[in-house]
Amino acid sequence: MAAVNIVATGESGGMTEETGSGFSRRSFLAASAFAGGGLLLDFSVSAAASAAPGQPDMAAATVNAYIRITPDDIVTIQAKNPEIGQGVKTMLPMLIAEELDVDWKNVRTEMAVLDPAKYGPQFAGGSFTTPMNYDPLRRAGAAGRQMLVAAAAQTWHVPEAECETTPGVVHHKPTGRTLKYGALAAKASKLPPPDLKTVKLKDPKDFRIIGQAIGGVDSPLIVAGKPIFGIDVSVPGMRYAVYEKCPVHGGTVVSANVDAIKALPGVRDAFVLKTSAVGPAPFAGMQVGALDGVAIVADTWWQANKALEKLVVQWDEGPAATQSSAGFARQAAELAKQAPTKIVRSDGDTKGALAGAAQTVQASYFYPFLAHVPLEPQNCTAHFHDGKVEIWAPTQNPGAGRTLVAKTLGIPDTDVTIHIIRCGGGFGRRLASDFIVQAAMISRQAGAPVKLLWNRKQDIAHDMYRPAGFHYFTAGLDAKGKLVALRDHLVTFGEGNKFNDSATISPTEFPARLLENLEFGMSAMPLGLPTGPLRAPGSNGLAFAFQGFLDEVAHAAKQDPLQFRIDLLGAPRVLPTPPGPFGPAPGFDTGRMVGVLELVREKSGWGKQTFAKGTGLGVACYYSHLGYFAEVVKATVDSAGAVRVDKVWIAADVGSPIINPSGALNQVQGSALDGIGAALGQAITVERGRVVQTNFHDLPLLRMNQAPPLEVHFRTTDNPPTGLGEPALPPVIPALVNAIYAATGKRVRKLPIDPAELKST
Amino acid sequence: MAYTIKVNGTARTVDADGDTPLLWVLRDVLDLKGSKFGCGMGLCGACTVHLAGAPIRSCVTPIAAVDSKDITTIEAIGDTPTGRKVQAAWLDLDVMQCGYCQAGQIMSATALLTRKPQPTDQDIDDAMSGNICRCATYTRIRAAIKQAAGLPTADTREV
Repeated sequence: MAAVNIVATGESGGMTEETGSGFSRRSFLAASAFAGGGLLLDFSVSAAASAAPGQPDMAAATVNAYIRITPDDIVTIQAKNPEIGQGVKTMLPMLIAEELDVDWKNVRTEMAVLDPAKYGPQFAGGSFTTPMNYDPLRRAGAAGRQMLVAAAAQTWHVPEAECETTPGVVHHKPTGRTLKYGALAAKASKLPPPDLKTVKLKDPKDFRIIGQAIGGVDSPLIVAGKPIFGIDVSVPGMRYAVYEKCPVHGGTVVSANVDAIKALPGVRDAFVLKTSAVGPAPFAGMQVGALDGVAIVADTWWQANKALEKLVVQWDEGPAATQSSAGFARQAAELAKQAPTKIVRSDGDTKGALAGAAQTVQASYFYPFLAHVPLEPQNCTAHFHDGKVEIWAPTQNPGAGRTLVAKTLGIPDTDVTIHIIRCGGGFGRRLASDFIVQAAMISRQAGAPVKLLWNRKQDIAHDMYRPAGFHYFTAGLDAKGKLVALRDHLVTFGEGNKFNDSATISPTEFPARLLENLEFGMSAMPLGLPTGPLRAPGSNGLAFAFQGFLDEVAHAAKQDPLQFRIDLLGAPRVLPTPPGPFGPAPGFDTGRMVGVLELVREKSGWGKQTFAKGTGLGVACYYSHLGYFAEVVKATVDSAGAVRVDKVWIAADVGSPIINPSGALNQVQGSALDGIGAALGQAITVERGRVVQTNFHDLPLLRMNQAPPLEVHFRTTDNPPTGLGEPALPPVIPALVNAIYAATGKRVRKLPIDPAELKST
Repeated sequence: MAYTIKVNGTARTVDADGDTPLLWVLRDVLDLKGSKFGCGMGLCGACTVHLAGAPIRSCVTPIAAVDSKDITTIEAIGDTPTGRKVQAAWLDLDVMQCGYCQAGQIMSATALLTRKPQPTDQDIDDAMSGNICRCATYTRIRAAIKQAAGLPTADTREV
């Protein structure tokens, strides 16, 4: 078995993980007759390590698959991980179907319910699904094939070695006899399961499904408007709820006019929920539990939401009410004058090297808080009855949701059933379970099944925000323009030396391990807002800061920015990454990064064109989620400072094969556009402890007329395939600001990009 | 009070306050859940339906303002030849990621192609920029509109 190790390089188990090979697992495969005469493969692999309660089970590499074959030759495959738009409900069954050797047209997929004992970890995050499942799910499929072959061999009284398969059919080569899987399934289900370690996998050159562009399995339902999202769930007797929380995070309810609210049209109930935090948080800095608030339950959601207009709550806003974005900026500037409270990495003599440098470059970079805003607002349907609760949740992290609900309601985990419902976007927001536990609490109190739905203002006011960051860089160049020293002091958020997740610098952050003299330090400011992982956590801000600053350094050195990066990477070699809490991690392969830089140089025509003033190319490269990406942006800035992204070229190395090229390309394009959207206009700002933004007019998402053409090129290398939900995003932002510099000579060091600072004078 | 509206060719009488947005009547009263809630302010387009053939944001259209004009929702867009072509192109090009916005995208795209069967890129920008796709599948939405129109799908915008 290939194994996947997850090494948390953040302060307390963040989402900047790397995978490797190595920890031992006990595996077994159990087969049983399925009601109706089919083959049911219950494949489970027990992990040596398992995640702490409340964690999104990233540590545990347990995998499970369900294969059901009915006599009509239809193969139904359970999709075990939440579908948030990343395509896993299609991709995971492809892996099983490939090795089972069936026609994709005969495959049906079903979303599994939460059952980690049966399926292993069921979460969507960290772009882990591909690396964690590529090998184990193929083995699950191969085991199924082997059992079907054995069943046929027994039927014919021939050796298994004389049998082979074509999709859905076992053949006895010497006699030409055939049996379809559907006819063999019942017999196969009674056979002993093979050892997963030794099942024979296909040679990749024989793949029929992996490597094919396959459309999303739910897409026919989506284009017809079928009710498949969390918000569409309907349960008999269901009522609708809204839940209003304190605009200042951590604030509590003193009183509320619930009697007046109960008298409003359609309102069935209104009540205050007093809550307490139930830990541990899945990520440091993330909110745990429901938060105090007022629930309104009505016959329709509109009536519940309209009743909010009449709701009067006296809040105790708590200590965070004095915080503001302006205040954080002032504090950060002060902290930057002092030494970092924590040194993350220190190589050589950075101070001495900077003092002795022929030239130094200093700059500060800032990125703001961001909200996830999946287009489907947070919602959850819950039915508490007879001491148990049934939940229909659009969630990325159902296991943590169940733990939180059980702890909060004081009932056993086994009395919490979670149906994993397709999510209208995730981006990390649905790794938190606040909306799940709120729905459960409201249903219990209201004595009815309840669909809780937040409005957009509530969604933006109560996100688990991407942490803002203030970077203070100094670089030293020698007389030949070679980078000889780099220092970064990140002022970020946390308490003392306990930093929030995705608010830290990893000791392996690029260009660490490439310079003799390098120092990364951090200092923290206390923060009332909760924070959490946003698509490409950590990396989505760090890439902008580091790759933007390195571009400045390249220009100061009078070197081509793309070649500067290649020179910095040096000869092809693997830079070791220190082992993490779960074992060894793969290193950073400089050759793979140079490979994508060379590819994007060629495809974008880098260095071969000259542009009129106002137009330019920028480049950046970044490694995250095991993927190597180099991207070039062409941008034009007009005299009013308005930025137009003209085109993006992307070169990617995520190993091989590309399991579903259609889904892969879609993810890469979408990630890059997502990054451009964030850079062009998005910021969450805080005043008096409150989030200022309320909807898409002041938190603008990218729109069609801003979406440039993109060219995506995969450099397939002989490395195992890795995930694509995230790694294309980080480098597009620095590539864009570096293009703006090439176009205008103006350096963007603060996000979002401010056209007022780019006006021509 | 009672309102009679014509949804997908059928007259439906619903009891609702006059300021109830059409979206919530469709979703929670008539159980037509294809139209989606994204912002409640007409900013994202996830709730787009056709009113007398024109795309509108049902989240900010009160039921009292609908009268007896024909309402078409995603559930019935496949009954029109243009809608059917748009759905087919969406599937053929595998446009969807999370899929949440796509009902609204398809409604806006169908309205565009009904009005302008051979749209330019500028037409597409103008007609589609009110529909947010948080997954940013804009590349494929543009291509699918062109495919449904019988145009080459390559992105030929000048760069």
